[in-house]
Amino acid sequence: MAGSETTVEAVAPPDTVKILIAGGFGVGKTTMVGSVSEIAPLRTEEPLTVAGLGIDDLNGIEEKQATTVALDFGRITISRELVLYLFGTPGQQRFWFMWNDLAIGALGAVVLVDVRRPESSFAAIDFFERRGIPFVVGVNGFHGEHPYPAEDIRDALALPADVRVLLCDARERESCRDVLIALVDQLIVAAKTA
Amino acid sequence: MPALAREVGGDDTAGRLVRLFTLTGGRTRPSRTDFTLITTVTAVDPPPERAPRPQPEQARILRRCARPIAVAELAAHLDLPVSVVAIMLCDLLEAGLITVHPPHPVTPRTPDLDLLQKVRDGLGRL
Ligand SMILES: Nc1nc2c(ncn2[C@@H]2O[C@H](COP(=O)(O)OP(=O)(O)OP(=O)(O)O)[C@@H](O)[C@H]2O)c(=O)[nH]1
Ligand SMILES: [Mg+2]
Repeated sequence: MAGSETTVEAVAPPDTVKILIAGGFGVGKTTMVGSVSEIAPLRTEEPLTVAGLGIDDLNGIEEKQATTVALDFGRITISRELVLYLFGTPGQQRFWFMWNDLAIGALGAVVLVDVRRPESSFAAIDFFERRGIPFVVGVNGFHGEHPYPAEDIRDALALPADVRVLLCDARERESCRDVLIALVDQLIVAAKTA
Repeated sequence: MPALAREVGGDDTAGRLVRLFTLTGGRTRPSRTDFTLITTVTAVDPPPERAPRPQPEQARILRRCARPIAVAELAAHLDLPVSVVAIMLCDLLEAGLITVHPPHPVTPRTPDLDLLQKVRDGLGRL
């Protein structure tokens, strides 16, 4: 913490919004968050017993084989008044109960797809479709390779026409930024036609 | 890079859980739901005169939110679960030691075009 302690100016808190970076296990979610975030991705860990599995006192905790679910996130300052947070959702399916909470109040989501195994992101697509949460699909070409055009991937994933599909590289800042822009553009189009 | 959702089993975790419960006085849920991941909190400066002297862990939180900070960032910096930080923030709010700024409301049915345009412009400047 820099600066003198006595003259901390009152700073108006910014408005905050969030976008989820979702997809199957190991598809590059954390990598994407790190690529566009202005800070090194941060991580919080939640012991599952605390996260709402119904433990109300200390009894029996010692015997519990406790599990931790981690969440990583990054930040993009849009302006002095507005900050965007990006949350990488936990990839393993048994942690998906957390997605419900995460999805509340989100602008939308990026579903990342590993071009080599698109089926691993089926469940994520299904999750957002069922809840009516807007999303775009980012096809992460591992090793920067994109053997299939975006339209083939759209067909393979049976995506509706209004969901944009972008070929991307989760390691590249500009590429990830463009996926986020595509999501927001899609939201704007939907807002205008609503 | 380790997997995001990694498991920690055994004694260390049990010990950590006990420590966490001590911080929250055994509570597992906040008394109010003001604290989402992207809710921003700010320490009240100077603190109100009637406020009780903060506990050491509370003082750590207050130092971290001298400037507005999101709950998720606060938890990450303090290396505490968000659920635990939320409970401690409830106490600080009730003691008048912090102010709370909720996230920009987002409702899927009534999209906020002005907000979206701002986000779009900001991303375009990256
Ligand atoms: N070559 C290559 N490697 C990548 C790319 N994206 C991610 N990786 C690597 O793939 C592995 C998994 O990436 P992560 O970003 O951790 O994936 P994740 O979706 O967050 O994984 P989980 O949170 O465990 O589900 C890491 O070792 C990354 O460095 C890519 O575009 N190309
Ligand atoms: Mg990850």
